[in-house]
Amino acid sequence: MALSREQMAMRVARELQDGYYVNLGIGIPTLVANYIPDGMEVMLQSENGLLGMGQFPTEDEIDADMINAGKQTVTAITGASIFSSAESFAMIRGGHVDLTVLGAFEVDVEGNIASYMIPGKLVKGMGGAMDLVAGADNIFVLMTHASKHGESKLLTKCTLPLTGAGCIKKVLTDLAYLEIEDGKFHLKERAPGVSVEEIIEKTAGELVVPAEVPEMTF
Amino acid sequence: MPGFDKVVNSYEEAMQGLEDDMTIIAGGFGLCGIPEGCIAQIKKMGTKGLTIVSNNCGVDGFGLGILLEDKQVKKMISSYVGENALFMQQLLDGELEVELTPQGTLAEKMRAAGAGIPAFYTATGYGTLVGEGKDVREFDGRKYILEESIKGDFAIVKGWKADRYGNVIYRHTAQNFNPMAATAGKITVVEVEEIVEPGELDPTQIHTPGIYVDRLIQGTFEKRIEQRTVRDA
Repeated sequence: MALSREQMAMRVARELQDGYYVNLGIGIPTLVANYIPDGMEVMLQSENGLLGMGQFPTEDEIDADMINAGKQTVTAITGASIFSSAESFAMIRGGHVDLTVLGAFEVDVEGNIASYMIPGKLVKGMGGAMDLVAGADNIFVLMTHASKHGESKLLTKCTLPLTGAGCIKKVLTDLAYLEIEDGKFHLKERAPGVSVEEIIEKTAGELVVPAEVPEMTF
Repeated sequence: MPGFDKVVNSYEEAMQGLEDDMTIIAGGFGLCGIPEGCIAQIKKMGTKGLTIVSNNCGVDGFGLGILLEDKQVKKMISSYVGENALFMQQLLDGELEVELTPQGTLAEKMRAAGAGIPAFYTATGYGTLVGEGKDVREFDGRKYILEESIKGDFAIVKGWKADRYGNVIYRHTAQNFNPMAATAGKITVVEVEEIVEPGELDPTQIHTPGIYVDRLIQGTFEKRIEQRTVRDA
């Protein structure tokens, strides 16, 4: 079975460490916040200028001056800090964020990522995604392995305009966890019940498959 | 003699000197911390051919979106646009130009302009459409592109409180691009919720020192919320 959105978030949450500052992109990455292990302290960075993002407010707590990068009303946790956009991107571009999790349309064997633009379709902009992929060292890309039509999103070369060049090393799809090294995808783990053959079939870029590919457990 | 007193008493006075084809740097992220009164005044003045540097372009009928209604905007320099049907229509009709700029680069372009730095190298955008045609240099084994700073004829800024000398404090995430915008205008207009006397604000808590501020006005704000998300109490 392919991983559910929640299982993908749970798998990424295993990468968290106590004391980590983490930036979560919009969509499935946001769900990672629901699976921070008990007893572990993690601070979420929201690139509009908030370190220590909390949960959504109650109706009584809503404050128009308190939003996240998705423009949703939020709260701040105890010990949070709030700052300007320049300060926020100094943290991001200066490599101070420990883990960045974001979605993508395509990745390729060179670590290129395309995530913000489909030519001919609605172009809304890259927001902070180009800064995040250029600035972070530890980036987790979350995406489905193939399109609805079965076309692989793990390619030899991205076909869509890039968000960043040569910056991705870790990819979690609904079928597998892979790492990118030496111009190849390396299969590290597979989703429960998903065969290595299926992953091979749905990976267009060169894939290195070890003799044993452990199954994820949840 | 007004000395350091930056207070003006009307938005007419606050935006005096704005002309067609000027560049305006605007603070705000989405609809949070936007200079609502200055935007309304620009709409009222009917100034056209404007280049607006702002992370977003408001929504239909609110924020910078209202300047699209009479086609006052020639070009937007933004990181994320199009929450806005009129915007997309004018873009598709070729009436509006957009220069998509990564959010951190946009903040830094304003900050650099205000700090007298004409351009800077950044890794953001290298190898992408953003980097096309830009000077590339390698530092310590990594490639960087040269980005130029952006100065505005006007900067329009939303603060929370300010004293009459133009020392400004922002509130929560309504800070966002406002402090950088404040430094990057030839004429910087700040609108706030409350103006107090010098000495009433703690000098160590000032976000924008008055030296950057030319005109200060007290306004009233709707503070519309774009994505109202709540949890159960």
